[in-house]
Amino acid sequence: MNASRTPGSVSPLRVGATLVLAASLFWPSGLDGQEAELQRGQEVYDRWCASCHGFEGDGLGPAAGYMIPRPRDFTTGLYQIRTTPGGELPTDDDIMRIIDEGMPGTTMPGWENQLSRDDRRAVLEYIKAFYPPFETLGEPEPIDFPRAPRVSDDVLAEGRLFYDSIECWQCHGGQGRGDGGSAVEMEDDLGYPLRPADLTQNWRFNGGSSVEDIYQRIYTGLDGTPMPGHADLIDAGFMTEEQLWSVAHYVRSLSPDRAPRIREVIRVERREPGDVPTGVDDERWDEVDSFYIPMVAQIIISPRWFDPSVNALWVQGVHDGEELALRVRWSDPSQSPDPQWLEWQERILDVMEPREGDPVEPGPRPDRLALQFPPNIPEGTERPYFLMGDARSPVYLWQWQSDEDGVETAAARGMREIDPFPGRDVEVDARWEDGEWQVVFRTAFEADDPTNEVEFEDGTAIPIAFFAWDGDNGEDGTRGAISSWYFIHLEEETPPAVYIAPIVAALLTVGLGLFVIARAQKRERLAGEEAGPGDAGTQPERAAPAT
Amino acid sequence: MRHAQTVFRLAVPAAVVALTAACGNGDPDQPGPPADAPQEMPFDVGTAGDVQGMVLFEGEPPPSEPLDMASEPDCAAMYDEQPIREGVQVSDGHLQNVFVYVKEGLEGMDFPIAQDEVVIDQEGCRYIPHVTGVMANQEFILRNSDGLLHNINATPQVNRPFNISQPVNMDTRRSFAQPEVMIPLRCDVHGWMLAYVGVMDHPYHFVTDANGTFDLSELPPGEYVVEAWHSQLGTQEQTVTVETGEVAEITFTFDEGMLAHADVPMADPVDPHDHHHPLDVRARQLGQHQGHNHGEATHGLR
Repeated sequence: MNASRTPGSVSPLRVGATLVLAASLFWPSGLDGQEAELQRGQEVYDRWCASCHGFEGDGLGPAAGYMIPRPRDFTTGLYQIRTTPGGELPTDDDIMRIIDEGMPGTTMPGWENQLSRDDRRAVLEYIKAFYPPFETLGEPEPIDFPRAPRVSDDVLAEGRLFYDSIECWQCHGGQGRGDGGSAVEMEDDLGYPLRPADLTQNWRFNGGSSVEDIYQRIYTGLDGTPMPGHADLIDAGFMTEEQLWSVAHYVRSLSPDRAPRIREVIRVERREPGDVPTGVDDERWDEVDSFYIPMVAQIIISPRWFDPSVNALWVQGVHDGEELALRVRWSDPSQSPDPQWLEWQERILDVMEPREGDPVEPGPRPDRLALQFPPNIPEGTERPYFLMGDARSPVYLWQWQSDEDGVETAAARGMREIDPFPGRDVEVDARWEDGEWQVVFRTAFEADDPTNEVEFEDGTAIPIAFFAWDGDNGEDGTRGAISSWYFIHLEEETPPAVYIAPIVAALLTVGLGLFVIARAQKRERLAGEEAGPGDAGTQPERAAPAT
Repeated sequence: MRHAQTVFRLAVPAAVVALTAACGNGDPDQPGPPADAPQEMPFDVGTAGDVQGMVLFEGEPPPSEPLDMASEPDCAAMYDEQPIREGVQVSDGHLQNVFVYVKEGLEGMDFPIAQDEVVIDQEGCRYIPHVTGVMANQEFILRNSDGLLHNINATPQVNRPFNISQPVNMDTRRSFAQPEVMIPLRCDVHGWMLAYVGVMDHPYHFVTDANGTFDLSELPPGEYVVEAWHSQLGTQEQTVTVETGEVAEITFTFDEGMLAHADVPMADPVDPHDHHHPLDVRARQLGQHQGHNHGEATHGLR
């Protein structure tokens, strides 16, 4: 019934719950059933939820300090994702949806496949009991939200106009990347730092990615956060429901149609000699596929960092057989070091656990990006340790940072042992605009120092891994975002034979077919003449198999 | 960019529509005044007496703190001189923005909901007034006179919260259902904007102005605890006896030493040990239903 329980563990809780359940069979009142459900809910909660949300439901579990946004404090009765008006309690279905599906973009996972339905029902009741008004106010009426109206270019254009006029950009930024002027001072109801959603990543929206989800969030607001509801604007006649829908459609349009797929191999397109894009603005990048690289917190090497602000990179590559160019783009709400963001840095460093290593003081720190390659193309599947190698197996690094020109090439034997060396020239062009960094690296295939530097070669898959730091988020050293190993595959030049061979093969096939048919027809004719009209077709001679 | 947006904001026809027109209760689901709210005062007004007095500040008031609106040029542009942060505002020893109210002594009396119009205006990217008193279920108006985006994020502990968006000149009506001292209102767009609302189940409350005076008039005769609340200096209580036709005078005195140790009762930090355990709460409810208490038994389970 409950696959998630540890077999054989008989806790006093279970004994108690069983006794109460057994007793309830003999008690006429259904209230004991409720109590048994609460006790079951407590058992599930204490095992699976309390380490983040706290045994008392106050959001102060032992793991809470490692998370931004912080886990929900159930004792305040504030819930972000509701189908009820701003300030009201959520429905049971609202809470159950979050239990089932989790909250993308946060540490809250979905439990639908982890816990039985009865366990999830029980834990729902238990969570509600942390806030007694659930009992006294009764279950609220959900708003009857309609389905989304159709979208068109006109709708999107109107949505953009209202995005401007209701000033979504104040927090979410002009292009929706969460880089608005007010983003720096955002905090939740308990005073913890909070980031406005990056609207270009709908798969990370904590209340769901669809246009209906977006509309509901704009309409009702996200209680406990700075995101206000906008229902009053409709009531006041400032905008119609259709116009609010247009905002939702516009916001939806800022993200790709489908959530990006993670592909292990980044295809580096081959171009004609000299046709490699030079800078971030080069229009030729528009024609090149982008590859999505999710980034995660560096929580392996101390001091660890659980709140990296860079959660994904988009990588493009082009080469011409002699030169390689890679463009890397990512959302970052500030161009570090930005003095205005010092306050954010203070706040985030103040609340984030763990406090390992030397105390970290807020201060001007640049944004940084490092690309990591093995020094030689590996023969088998073995690659250096993905966190900048180790003493036995070093890696080759390109390090860019926002407050310096150029790229530093280095050999690393672990995250703390990075030795710069003058390798091949790597040209770099970088720009921050509207909450996005774009950095282009461009270099020759040939290595200056073949011992330490990988030689790029078309037709091969070369391992690559990424590191990113947001300086204004207090990140540097081991405190940043990391990826696992990926590959860049530099497309080979297509030899002329590739184009000619299919044509030759097709011609040969057709020719041979015609020959076989002609021969068969001829034999049939000859056979018919020999046998006479009465025997025609009764003993057809088999055509010899074509060779 | 921002200028273009401002121009657009003005150009949106709907924005020019009379948004200041009464839009009713913005939230139809917001509970209105209870149907059984009394219409008359629950005592013979002819027997009433008054409490009047003054709130003083002793010592050197902290230097006024300039309010830096540089991050929002549209706000900064509204001032010729650098605005000053609301804080300990003292003139001639008189303390402003003190919420003075009857804390004890009116239990069991139901008062009609006050009908006076209470407006909390957003003007020059600050709340005017800084401190407001209302009665439970008394509608008050949240007004945006700035014509640029403010959100009003109310974060009560007892009442349900609200967080509404006002991107243009407009009024929105709201109310709180339960007495609570005090409820902060914040604008998340302009982090310096902060106001407080005190919610009472009676009409005897007052916010001091620059003169530091207060007036709690027409109280039924009796003994009362009157509290004076200041957002940075904390609270003080005094007991006062009201007699028919008489004016009882009291004076509250705050001093600079209180600044460092003030205990301001509001949005207290969450104390993990101060919450009832859900099973305790539920057990109590169940116990009441069944006429006996399960509290002990459920405790034993933990």
